[in-house]
Amino acid sequence: METLIKDIGFIIGTTLMYSTPLIFTSLGGVITERSGVVNIGLEGMMYFGAFAGAAAAYFYQDPWIGLAFAGVGGMILGLIHAIACVSFSAEQIVSGIAINFLGPGAALFISRMLFDGATQTLTIPNKMPLPLDFLFGEGNLFPSSGFMDLVFNRFATVYIAFFLVFLVWFVLYRTKVGMRVRAVGENPEAAMTLGISVTRIRYGAVMMSGLFAGLGGAAMSIAVVSRFSNTLISGHGFIALAAMIFGKWKPQGALLACLLFGGAKGLEIFLGSKGVPIPGDILAMLPYILTIVILVGLVGQTTPPGAIGKIFDKSEHS
Amino acid sequence: MNSIDFSHKAVEMVDVVKKFGDFTANDRINLTVHKGEVHALLGENGAGKTTLMNVLYGLYQPTEGAVRINGKPLSVKDPNVAIKNGIGMVHQHFMLVEPFTVTQNIILGNETTKMLGMIDIKKAESEIAALSERYGLAVDPKAVIQDLSVGAQQRVEILKTLYRGAQILILDEPTAVLTPQEIQELVGIIHNLTREGKSIIIITHKLKEIKQVADFCTIIRRGKHIDTVEVDQVTEEDLASKMVGREVSFKVEKDPQPQGDRILEIRDLVVEDSRGIPAVNGLNLDLYKGEILGIAGVDGNGQTELIEALTGLRPAKSGQALVREKEITNLTPGKIIQQHGISHIPEDRQKRGLIFEFDIAENLILENYATEAFSKGFTLDFKRIYRNADQLIEKFDIRPQNSKLAAKALSGGNQQKMIIAREVANDPDILIAAQPTRGLDVGAIEYVHKALVDQRNQGKAVLLISFELDEVINVSDRIAVIYEGKIVGIIDAHDADEKEIGLMMAGGTA
Repeated sequence: METLIKDIGFIIGTTLMYSTPLIFTSLGGVITERSGVVNIGLEGMMYFGAFAGAAAAYFYQDPWIGLAFAGVGGMILGLIHAIACVSFSAEQIVSGIAINFLGPGAALFISRMLFDGATQTLTIPNKMPLPLDFLFGEGNLFPSSGFMDLVFNRFATVYIAFFLVFLVWFVLYRTKVGMRVRAVGENPEAAMTLGISVTRIRYGAVMMSGLFAGLGGAAMSIAVVSRFSNTLISGHGFIALAAMIFGKWKPQGALLACLLFGGAKGLEIFLGSKGVPIPGDILAMLPYILTIVILVGLVGQTTPPGAIGKIFDKSEHS
Repeated sequence: MNSIDFSHKAVEMVDVVKKFGDFTANDRINLTVHKGEVHALLGENGAGKTTLMNVLYGLYQPTEGAVRINGKPLSVKDPNVAIKNGIGMVHQHFMLVEPFTVTQNIILGNETTKMLGMIDIKKAESEIAALSERYGLAVDPKAVIQDLSVGAQQRVEILKTLYRGAQILILDEPTAVLTPQEIQELVGIIHNLTREGKSIIIITHKLKEIKQVADFCTIIRRGKHIDTVEVDQVTEEDLASKMVGREVSFKVEKDPQPQGDRILEIRDLVVEDSRGIPAVNGLNLDLYKGEILGIAGVDGNGQTELIEALTGLRPAKSGQALVREKEITNLTPGKIIQQHGISHIPEDRQKRGLIFEFDIAENLILENYATEAFSKGFTLDFKRIYRNADQLIEKFDIRPQNSKLAAKALSGGNQQKMIIAREVANDPDILIAAQPTRGLDVGAIEYVHKALVDQRNQGKAVLLISFELDEVINVSDRIAVIYEGKIVGIIDAHDADEKEIGLMMAGGTA
């Protein structure tokens, strides 16, 4: 019985840990797509953020500085995407693909310069802290390695991610800026005739998505693991993108979808650790298979924002 | 006449010129609107009315000329400046965010917030309720736009301008999408607004409505200022000829002509709509050569389904339609067009009549591209395709005369001419014309009516479906009234009585 509870605690804990990078990135997706700009470059932004975060955390020996670098790094790629899609009316998918080459390319290029030609960083000295660690262990509230410890003794990024879900929801649905973002994503012409700058809103939203994706990458490289390597991200950005769609372009929906994907990863690790006679490679496919199954089978009809992916050219209108 | 304050010039546009490259959309246009005045801006499609209003609203910068609001010079740089100066615009295609509520749409860009930047939706809702009461603009502030009727959406657009304190309202083709009842409500709203001292500029090409609501009317033709008249002093014919630049006849000229042989016979036809409800429900009708048979009826009484069944676009549930005694129900559209000689001017010309991105020449052969006339074996014969286009453009007066122009670049009237050219060039025995003049201006309407009468005079049969009773009475030889999927009466157009038909259309017995 006690083992069962501990196993469940272990699965929940790993689920939370692996969901976190997805949640950040997925929220970024929600913000940009709500403003009407498709950003499949999330993968590339996440990749670059993972590298920038780990590299900065290594050199400054501070995970928070790493997190900040990751956010800014992602934001720079977001700015490039915004310049292409908003100012120059580029096809958004094509620009996103370019970002997906640019992000990893830039990360590996800088990595080789900084780390003696290696395509991975050295191990960072300080990972993200565990803010609730003082509650657990000998002489504290909860015993070490108990259920509570396994579930709640998590990296700061986990708590930040959950708080950001609430914050993004609040901003999008309760504030002026959020309403304008959603209006621009549904009907930019209508927003324009009311004197709202479609350009400014979209620049902001796309850059925010870069910031969030960058943080998502760092949540991987300086919390889940403690270094960046060239296979670290491998599709997480795309899974986050799928989670956003599965979550019907809503922050709370994206959260649930990310937890589901994270859960698949948690299960994979648990089954692997128990020595279940399923080859590890097959287990590792679980999250990806789940992505396809869910997108095809469960999502069904969803209504994306009205103006999503459409190029808005002010001079063509009215 | 509304209570106009002639000492107060709300809008003055002086010698406004707007050029797009080489094209002059507005060429020295003058417009003065006083406080409390309803001023109509009349012109054919593409005459430059909307461009002028977009200049006033700040969406376009004028190339030359001056704009003054309440006597003060105004250089409108963007919609924000126009809004601040009390100008509000209701666009022809509504500028509404469909999944948003009425309140969210109205306050967008002008939100009142409380702590943490939260939108104070309660306060906004009560303000909007008060505003809608004051001007008689009935609408529920909490309703979601996509659930509202077109008329209600328009009221939201008007409220949007009033919420921003608009004193000058521009209404772009406000009646184009409204039902007759909604138009009457709009007229009432316009009177409420002028009583409060608002000035209204209404862009339209519907003469009846100008006579009904406007005090003054400025006529624009091909970008030039033609005249400004006091509406009470002129007739509809005067306005029409100023707009088109020649005499326009509202009366359709046609000589009596004996009825020919029966060509189409519809027996107990039942057609279901998309929801599976019989929209055409046991309909019987005969069509003869050399006549125009008009079908009168309120929208939604089975007209669309009838046309779709006759043209092969929708299966018939039961019953028959026979062309020269041969069954055509449930055949493919291709067979109906090619083997049975039915041509179709569709109700929605943009959706079904043409392919927007294709050029005129390509649109003109949509039905015949595979025939020997336009293809050699596996490939299209573009020489012939463009020669064919040049001939039809000439014959049907499609403008501009450039066969390589995309269909979307044409005005509504010319798009319709293109469709008529294609359908008539097929030399059909039966021409089905569904709402053929919807959204067209008087010049183009006259043209379409003439084309229909031409077909009739050549001994073809024409089936005309229209929601405009005037049109049906004017153009047809016989009138069949449709109600709930059945023909409830057939009347000779000579002794047609509008009231009697109106009663039958509403399901009453004459």
